[in-house]
Amino acid sequence: MSVRESSIQSLGRTAITFFEKLGRAHLLFFAILAGLPGLIPRFRLVIQQVYAVGVLSLLIILVSGLFVGMVLGLQGYYTLVDFGAEQSLGTVVALTLVRELGPVVTALLFAGRAGSALTAEIGLMKATEQLSGMEMMAVDPVKRILSPRFLAGLLSLPLLAAIFSAVGVMGGYFVGVGLLGVDEGAYWSQMQASVDLNEDVYNGVIKSLVFGVVASWIAVFEGYDAIPTSEGVSRATTRTVVHTSLAVLGLDFILTALMFGEQ
Amino acid sequence: MRQSRTIEIWVGLFVAAGLAALFVLAMQVSNLTAVSGDEGYEIKARFENISGLKVRSPVTMAGVRIGRVVDIGFDHETYEAVVTLRIDSAFDQLPDDTSAAVLTSGLLGEKYVGLEPGGSFDYLSDGDLIQLTQSSLVLEQLIGQFLFSQAEKGGE
Repeated sequence: MSVRESSIQSLGRTAITFFEKLGRAHLLFFAILAGLPGLIPRFRLVIQQVYAVGVLSLLIILVSGLFVGMVLGLQGYYTLVDFGAEQSLGTVVALTLVRELGPVVTALLFAGRAGSALTAEIGLMKATEQLSGMEMMAVDPVKRILSPRFLAGLLSLPLLAAIFSAVGVMGGYFVGVGLLGVDEGAYWSQMQASVDLNEDVYNGVIKSLVFGVVASWIAVFEGYDAIPTSEGVSRATTRTVVHTSLAVLGLDFILTALMFGEQ
Repeated sequence: MRQSRTIEIWVGLFVAAGLAALFVLAMQVSNLTAVSGDEGYEIKARFENISGLKVRSPVTMAGVRIGRVVDIGFDHETYEAVVTLRIDSAFDQLPDDTSAAVLTSGLLGEKYVGLEPGGSFDYLSDGDLIQLTQSSLVLEQLIGQFLFSQAEKGGE
């Protein structure tokens, strides 16, 4: 009796905890959205966060973008040269970056570089009771702390993804045209012939916007929902990176199926 | 105050770099400057077979892209494919006896519609139908014909 009942009970408890957490996450999401209009007169708060979240992530985005583009150029060339189609290298590099790797890798790096920092910062504020202190002073911590960070992440990710893609195309150019001798005109013209502004570039930006919402939301929520101990904050930081990565990869499949599915 | 100023400058640079990257993607990587697809006029062409042609495939004349395929339909009475081509308004002087063919760029490249100008002095306008068309070459049919003719030679 006891074994079966307790296993069913624990399953039920897990489900209830999961849905409770999901519910808290959504309530917080709406509270954050409600706090966004209040940021207009105090945009300086957002700018400071864009600096912390976006500008300080620039180095890792630039370096990763360059190397991902260079690897794409190298691998693409070795594959295409077997078919005598190395002229299409530009197409391969640009489409891969703009459609998939730009938004996805940027979101993953963002989760590791900025999301974890956001969670740790907010979690530590909670652990050291700065958030409750704000509430005591009648300052809403959601509006003062969470909304600017959320908005900054949402604004930064598309910009970072665009920088990633552009630098990656340059990296592919260095390797393909500079080192391997693909014709320069063919690299650019084939790229321009096949990459479409609406179909590819806009959809890539939409993807990175969605990832920006998801990554910032998870980071901010995990920090706000963390158990206010040093162990709780460390677990919340881990959960941010894991959950964001899973959500981004899963959403990417769905978005790709929706955007590029029917031709 | 000084610190917040440097932060603001950095954020400004960051946003400018992000927008510049988007601009590069729009102008250099994609084809914003080419045919946009919203303007121009539409003409139709009927083909027996268009295998491989897609919506958004290019339409060219003398190798220059002058438009795109915007719609592919099917005529239930004649069993033909009805392809709608949107031609950029800059190319509004195509003779009305222009012929259209479904061609392939290179051996394995994408399909496109190639237009060949006729000698008429009347021009195609919105909604017109191209009378002379040539279907897409299907590799299997070509191989079949080749094998068939070889077999006939061998039988003699």
